[in-house]
Amino acid sequence: MTLDKRMTPAEIVGRLRDGMTIGIGGWGPRRKPMALVREILRSDLKDLTIVAYGGADVGMLCAAGKVKKLVFAFVSLDAIPLEPWFRKAREAGRIEVLELDEGMFQWGLKAAAFGLPFLPTRVGLGTDLAELGGLKMVQSPYDDGETLIAMPALKLDAALLHVNRSDWRGNVQLLGPDAYYDEWFAKAADACFVSTETLVERIEDHYADDAQANVFERCFVAGVTEIPGGAHPSSMPPAYGWDMGWFKNYAALAADPGDWDAVRDRLVGADEAAYLKSVGGKEAVTALPLPIF
Amino acid sequence: MTEVTLAELCIFACSEAFRTQREVIATGIGPVPRIGAGLAKLTHSPGLMMTDGEAYLVEEPVPIGPRGDYVPKFAGHLPFSRFFDSAVWSGRRHAMVTPTQIDRFGQTNLSRLGGTHEQPKTQMLGVRGFPGNSIYHANSMFIPFHSARTFVAGEVDMVSSAGYNPAKRIAGGNYSGIDLRRIVTNLCVMDFGGQYNAIRVISLHPGVSFDDVQAATGFPLEQGDMVETPKPGAEALAIIARLDPHNFRASVIKDNPPAQRNAA
Repeated sequence: MTLDKRMTPAEIVGRLRDGMTIGIGGWGPRRKPMALVREILRSDLKDLTIVAYGGADVGMLCAAGKVKKLVFAFVSLDAIPLEPWFRKAREAGRIEVLELDEGMFQWGLKAAAFGLPFLPTRVGLGTDLAELGGLKMVQSPYDDGETLIAMPALKLDAALLHVNRSDWRGNVQLLGPDAYYDEWFAKAADACFVSTETLVERIEDHYADDAQANVFERCFVAGVTEIPGGAHPSSMPPAYGWDMGWFKNYAALAADPGDWDAVRDRLVGADEAAYLKSVGGKEAVTALPLPIF
Repeated sequence: MTEVTLAELCIFACSEAFRTQREVIATGIGPVPRIGAGLAKLTHSPGLMMTDGEAYLVEEPVPIGPRGDYVPKFAGHLPFSRFFDSAVWSGRRHAMVTPTQIDRFGQTNLSRLGGTHEQPKTQMLGVRGFPGNSIYHANSMFIPFHSARTFVAGEVDMVSSAGYNPAKRIAGGNYSGIDLRRIVTNLCVMDFGGQYNAIRVISLHPGVSFDDVQAATGFPLEQGDMVETPKPGAEALAIIARLDPHNFRASVIKDNPPAQRNAA
């Protein structure tokens, strides 16, 4: 077998099929594999089920008509709390949804990672989630007899992540203060593809001291592609912050004229090189300051 | 000395809502709850734990906004990747949030308004972590504009967080973690100490009457032993100013009125 998992972005998207369930890592406007999302937006893929702690990834895929169903707990750009393109799709009734609590969501990824049909939880009791989502109950077989929600496994056909470093064997390192649930997206998926800020040949020759940043192991990585700035416009600490100016423009374009086809080329670019150039190049991306909370 | 503002009065009331002898994560979303949590930690509730707003725990609450020379000192690490394990599902948290709708059962909504689940009239954030927060740990609310649009008649359009609604209980479910504490608004402070956890007014801001509050609420309120909401003293005001050096609190309530409402 070859452990060389290097692929081009087009090859990665070529591994995806219409109708697949695809998990996207990151959280809102943070650590999103946006270059791979843009590659999907340039493709003919359709009827996707998207599973994400959503930001502009979800907004753009919804706007482009790629999404049949969305599994979500929120879709937000933080400083722009309501994701404008997601709102339009929802308010037009264009997408099916499974709405979940943030914690239930990662619980479903964990069930999938462990090959379980579900994991029990109290979360969702007393709310409308179970009824709206068709979630079933399960009773504890022990003396307590507690009734719990059976959170179904969120099994992914593929997961897309953006990481700080990788080698060509898929030994990744996730830096920054928080890797969110990227680990569980990777483990819940049949195939996890990562884009990386930096690709090296053998990570132990370069970053051995940071081995603790290897939050999931290379057996969970099917493909690797190097895309510096690949999280733009989302943040990728410690390399760069989010591009709030870009998000503001993106939000404004949703309002007026609000026609995706008319603005798609400006927001996605003909290819990644064109996109990067349109936002000032790699230097401009890496100069974006980290956000203050 | 300048007059105490209504926002500062609310911050002080939020701080009281966070009062505890326990070691729990205090999460205040928005300037008033966040400054209130910081004030509580620095005065009566040193056991409170909080983050820098992102992923690191700090023992000195981080001031809001651009930091200048201020450098947060990290005492611990609590990323989202551990948040449900460590804070939410262990019950070691008290969150104060601003939902879009609240009903008489304390159920809240921040997901969507009107229409149907398939096609909402207005899509908002989604339920976020509200379902888990509500079933597992203490929650309070801050509402900067008390009105019947927020405190709705009937029930909220989508139940994003669990309250004390008997119709939402299923046999064998464990609801013992539901712990709704205080609602601080621009008019009053309320709790859930009425009959069957009904919402009741426990303090009125200076110059506000119970009738004013009731008129701005879509469901009947109970009356507790209503006192006048206490104003922060000099020490509390100094801490508030330190935690909010850019005066974000001045933009929370329309026109930044004084704490004392004048007769119309």
